[in-house]
Amino acid sequence: MNLYSRRVLTNRVGIVLSMVAMSFGLIALMWILWTLFYNGFAALSWDFFTQDTPAPGSEGGGLRNAIVGSLMIIGVTTLVSTPIGILAGIYLAEFGTTSRFAAATRFVTDIMLSAPSIVVGLFVYALAVATLGGFSGWSGSLALSLIAIPVVVRTTENMLLLVPTALREAAFAVGAPRWQVSLKVTLRAVKAGVVTGILLAIARVTGETAPLLFTALNNQFFSTDMSQPMGNLPVVIFQFAMSPYDNWVSLAWGGALLIALFVLGINILARVMFRKKSSD
Amino acid sequence: MSAPQRLADGEAILAIRDLNFFYGDFRGLIDVSLDIATNKVTAFIGPSGCGKSTLLRTFNRMYDLYPGQRAEGQINFHGKNLLDKKQDVNLVRAKIGMVFQKPTPFPMTIYENIAFGVRLYEKLPKSEMDDRVEWALRKAAIWEETKDKLQQSGLSLSGGQQQRLCIARTIAVKPEIVLLDEPTSALDPISTAKIEELIDELKSDYTIAIVTHNMQQAARISDFTAFMYLGELVEFGKTDNLFVKPQKQQTEDYITGRFG
Amino acid sequence: MSEVTTPVDVHAAQVKKFKLQDLLFHQVTLVFAFIVLAALAGILISLAIEAMPVLKAFGPGFLWTNVWNVPEDQYGALSAIYGTVVTSIIALIIAVPVSFGIALFLTETCPVWLRRPLGTAIELLAGVPSIIYGIWGLFVFAPLFAKHVQPHLQAALGDVPVIGGWFAGPPIGIGILTAGIVLSLMVIPFVASVMRDVFETVPPPLKESAYGVGCTTWEVVTNVVLPYTRVGVIGGIMLGLGRALGETMAVTFVIGNANRIVGSLFAPGTSIASTLANEFGEADPGLHISALFALGLVLFIITFIVLAISQWLIKRGVAKQGK
Repeated sequence: MNLYSRRVLTNRVGIVLSMVAMSFGLIALMWILWTLFYNGFAALSWDFFTQDTPAPGSEGGGLRNAIVGSLMIIGVTTLVSTPIGILAGIYLAEFGTTSRFAAATRFVTDIMLSAPSIVVGLFVYALAVATLGGFSGWSGSLALSLIAIPVVVRTTENMLLLVPTALREAAFAVGAPRWQVSLKVTLRAVKAGVVTGILLAIARVTGETAPLLFTALNNQFFSTDMSQPMGNLPVVIFQFAMSPYDNWVSLAWGGALLIALFVLGINILARVMFRKKSSD
Repeated sequence: MSAPQRLADGEAILAIRDLNFFYGDFRGLIDVSLDIATNKVTAFIGPSGCGKSTLLRTFNRMYDLYPGQRAEGQINFHGKNLLDKKQDVNLVRAKIGMVFQKPTPFPMTIYENIAFGVRLYEKLPKSEMDDRVEWALRKAAIWEETKDKLQQSGLSLSGGQQQRLCIARTIAVKPEIVLLDEPTSALDPISTAKIEELIDELKSDYTIAIVTHNMQQAARISDFTAFMYLGELVEFGKTDNLFVKPQKQQTEDYITGRFG
Repeated sequence: MSEVTTPVDVHAAQVKKFKLQDLLFHQVTLVFAFIVLAALAGILISLAIEAMPVLKAFGPGFLWTNVWNVPEDQYGALSAIYGTVVTSIIALIIAVPVSFGIALFLTETCPVWLRRPLGTAIELLAGVPSIIYGIWGLFVFAPLFAKHVQPHLQAALGDVPVIGGWFAGPPIGIGILTAGIVLSLMVIPFVASVMRDVFETVPPPLKESAYGVGCTTWEVVTNVVLPYTRVGVIGGIMLGLGRALGETMAVTFVIGNANRIVGSLFAPGTSIASTLANEFGEADPGLHISALFALGLVLFIITFIVLAISQWLIKRGVAKQGK
């Protein structure tokens, strides 16, 4: 074989391998989604949304308490992490171009973005659960907030850094004080991007199970009291999937489907929003 | 360094004396001294990097936003040195407005774009604010195009309209001086002509300082012209004189197109 | 309307107000940025405090003792560290080449119209909650793996010296190997997106000049793209490693949860995160809970180091491209 045809052959093999990798990835991931949809949709029913989690050994049941609990925990998480994340992001973009403190904060945020979420759960257990008397929805939200905040901080900062210098200068040029420039002009200019960041943060924490295990724990009964242990989808899925009861396993699939749909939906919404806004 | 053109008291609104500017260790302006005449148009020309924008940005202390940039010397405005650390920069900027190379409408409605700056230093009842917005838009010759869509986003306007909106926003605050940093370089010829017309009308009420890379523009619209090169003020004088009979070889080379 | 020029000092009050508001604004945002920084320090400190009893009782030997006996209060982290590291290594062995192939496909060989949808699909999959990988692994993958793959692996490789032992034992589906495979599927979308992003930082003229001298796509990738992006690619792999080490749910379902070290990859094992998930809820106050905190501390320190290196590499990769 001459040099040229060997080169062409190597190239072909390389390209084919890249296609194989792509197909392998796609097939594996499609397979996961397909089983999820197949088993998940089978579990969905009226009862699924209107009844609470069943006791061991009893028939039927639904996930009403877990769905409501998850929504409440995530709602509080969003309310807590949005202002903190945005203000910290503004600090990094606005005042933190040169300071060492800002560089350290930026570094820590990047680490926290990928830090093991179960460790965050341990931390909140030690901080809140053990000291304030027991598992609760609040501590669940606290744990999830610690995971959501870095996402909001980083997107806010990155978005603010994309604001054209001239726009910031123009706001200063009419004599506006810094806080008005930040909040009324630059932040508003990147509103879509920041909202995207918040949505991505919500998507990120929605499926988080580990940090809730030791904080919100679980509650077999319907409860809207955030100061008590609270039912939530991820922990219910975790417990039910590992159980010997068929109806529990089926509910676990249904819950997993619900979470996956919610997360995918938010991700898609975030993308659509961001694309529409940035193409203006 | 040529002797700066000094004006009689009262005629100069800005008196710049021995101004030096530093980007870190780099000296961007070298001993610049000149007077900016009240209610006249002063143009700054020169090849890119000559310091003309840098000079303009010292007048409203825009450089303050960036650590590592500093100015030394004097810029006297109503008897006070603008460069004085105690001088409040926000107030300076309300008195000395600025329009940028690219249109920079704020991400809000056309009405709010104008009202934003006004609200900072004046508490006006709704009707007076409406009047002020209309007045500013009329002054900037954009009222007819925008009067029916004041509640639309400022970003919905065309580039030339956006730039006139930015001029309206600047004069709505009632500054004494308007700084224009290459305000037409991103615009088409028709929009450029409109802005130039506007500048001519505005000078009866405001002092205007304009940086331009376009010599013809400087010749058309300005009363005084300053030619800068490598951070120094090479020549400064009445526009007619400077273009017809430049005193310096460098100025002549530049305006006859031999370099730059 | 009258032309009033307001004298400079009329607004003194307003100026003062703005100064105060700006100061306040600076301080408030600073406090919130500080919260983020404090959270990390808080995690380290609180884990260390809670882990103290066990670290005092067993000393540094905690790290390399292979014992986890709850009734007798004897604890060592070795089996959990072993499971964590081995599953992550298996995950990377599979995920790195596949992710590389995907990134290569997305940046070089994919038809342009497919680039965006496929790229988006990969990014969306990176957002699928890990618990879903976990239950899929438990109910779908593990049974199939036990029935159709493990026996063949055993037959083919079981007698090979040295590595034969890795495939010994009953093919029950769940175990270290399965956990590693499920973990790899979870990590692939992350690593692939990062790799694609760094590949895209290669300036087109650089690639074009390589094509210009007659290079094939493969040669451009191996001789131009990879050397140029080496640092960022390694950073992406480290990021995947960080994710894999700390992952709880994708692993807990399928690793088998046995606190011991067996040479075979088919055997059940445990990881730090899965031990925490399984035992923490029922742990008694005292040494047991302290031992679990100590495990958490170990995990946090390991992932912190891995992620810190990954951040440093990714930033260096991007910075180089800026010069």
